[in-house]
Amino acid sequence: MSDWVEACDAEDIDEEDVMRFDHGGRTFAIYRSPDDEYFATDGLCSHEKVHLADGLVMDDIIECPKHNGRFNYKTGAARGAPVCVNLRTYPVKLDAGKVLIQIG
Amino acid sequence: MTKAMIIIGAGECGGRAALALRDLGFEGPVTLVGDEPHLPYERPPLSKEAMTGEAPVIKAITSDEILAERSIRHIHSVQAVAIDRAAHAVRLSDGSALPYDKLLLATGSLPRKLPMPGLGARCVYLRTYNDAQAIRAHLRAGNRVAIVGGGFIGLELAASARKLGADVTVVEAQPRILMRGVPAEIAEIIHKQHEAEGVTILAGQGISAIADDGAEVRITLAGGLEVVADLAIIGIGAVPVTTLAAEAGLSIDNGIAVDAELRTGDPDIFAAGDCCSFPLAVYGGRRVRLEAWRNAQEQGALAARNMLGAGEAHAAVPWFWSDQYGLTLQIAGLSDEGHSVVRRDLEDGAFILFHLAGDGRLVAASGIGPGNAVARDIRLAEMLIAKRATPAPEALGSQTVKLKSLLAA
Ligand SMILES: Cc1cc2nc3c(=O)[nH]c(=O)nc-3n(C[C@H](O)[C@H](O)[C@H](O)COP(=O)(O)OP(=O)(O)OC[C@H]3O[C@@H](n4cnc5c(N)ncnc54)[C@H](O)[C@@H]3O)c2cc1C
Ligand code: FES
Repeated sequence: MSDWVEACDAEDIDEEDVMRFDHGGRTFAIYRSPDDEYFATDGLCSHEKVHLADGLVMDDIIECPKHNGRFNYKTGAARGAPVCVNLRTYPVKLDAGKVLIQIG
Repeated sequence: MTKAMIIIGAGECGGRAALALRDLGFEGPVTLVGDEPHLPYERPPLSKEAMTGEAPVIKAITSDEILAERSIRHIHSVQAVAIDRAAHAVRLSDGSALPYDKLLLATGSLPRKLPMPGLGARCVYLRTYNDAQAIRAHLRAGNRVAIVGGGFIGLELAASARKLGADVTVVEAQPRILMRGVPAEIAEIIHKQHEAEGVTILAGQGISAIADDGAEVRITLAGGLEVVADLAIIGIGAVPVTTLAAEAGLSIDNGIAVDAELRTGDPDIFAAGDCCSFPLAVYGGRRVRLEAWRNAQEQGALAARNMLGAGEAHAAVPWFWSDQYGLTLQIAGLSDEGHSVVRRDLEDGAFILFHLAGDGRLVAASGIGPGNAVARDIRLAEMLIAKRATPAPEALGSQTVKLKSLLAA
């Protein structure tokens, strides 16, 4: 499994923020946590296929912009109505100031 | 002794409350009684996505499997007809009676009826999935649709009907559309968008007569203008469903009156969602009734906690959205609490109006833009409102100042 893909520069994302990343017809959301770690999940909300990157990051939660469904972006776990289906998460690593994600 | 929890009304609020009781670890019997034939489902899509697809799709908030797994008994197609408070029992339309320890009324609201003669089979209202199915059958190219009432549901339906090629006319008695709760600046954007999409909006003209011969509806406006349509959809607001509560002697005040913990005058009976009026803490306990989806969810969950004895007061800020064409409007708080307005422009023509009270407190924020352009800032504004923050107007108005930074202050 060497399908690591370069998504962006580490500095492209503010702390406690999120960015959209499209690759190979798929869309992902890449997060930088308040303690400066990087994470990646599916890019679309599991409620109505809305881009999560327009949402708000608070601690380890991403809140969907459309109806405020919440997910823990570190684990992908759905955290309350209206979302009930978890997000898939993807491994992330930093290399020479770049954010790489492994999309399996 | 295990207690029995009964919820009347299997809508957004009742459905969420039943699930919440289990999430909270309650193990006694939970019964959800609803007069519709369906599982609890989402109403917002009924004027939006559900109208533009091939056939309206029902979007249930749970499934029979989940209800079975969680031991939630769902009695559908049955109405609760009386509450016997002394006996702690609810009488149902099938003749049975259910004993309760705690009762939640989540009976929602129903479309306000147009109080005039002449309405017939071609004059309809939208509240339920079944209503949506009936309306959808009439929305097609060439058909003439008249929408009575320029509120959210009417305007969303107008947008959906246009997408399907129908000819659409919106009739509004008030001087402009979205008079209630939406600032004029934002209503104007929506008005223009509808006109650009080919909708005729006739505002400021009351209806003097309606004639429906079963094939066609003829609407005569006060100014003499006549609108002829194959279908008239009436969307002039909603009224809370309170009969059951009123007949049980509970107090009614623009909805079933509850306290901050969503409790009625009877300590064992709660009410939540569209059917209740409650004191809104962010505005000093002003009594309001909300017709909003997130409120129904939040109050359903709060009622569940309080039925189990949490004693928790409602603290949320009202929040609402509407989708029309590619535009989304979001409102946090109630804008009529504001005395002055600060505008913040965002990308792609999106903007937010911040409503400030006389003392500088941020009390509401209304935003409009393509897609989810305003979502993040409206959410941050909601948190500022909840904190009763008094942000500097210059900071709110400046795109370069991040709202998140104001929250930390
Ligand atoms: C077309 C449409 C579009 C909407 N769009 C939006 C939107 O974009 N954004 C937003 O924020 N909100 C929107 N709303 C509002 C939102 O759907 C409501 O606020 C929400 O559904 C309220 O939930 P509730 O459970 O309180 O009431 P309801 O969903 O109305 O559920 C109440 C249920 O109780 C049943 N019932 C009543 N009395 C009895 C009885 N005696 N016995 C048994 N059952 C009973 C009713 O039949 C109903 O099924 C929309 C509503 C509609 C109709
Ligand atoms: S689309 Fe994300 S919560 Fe509805």
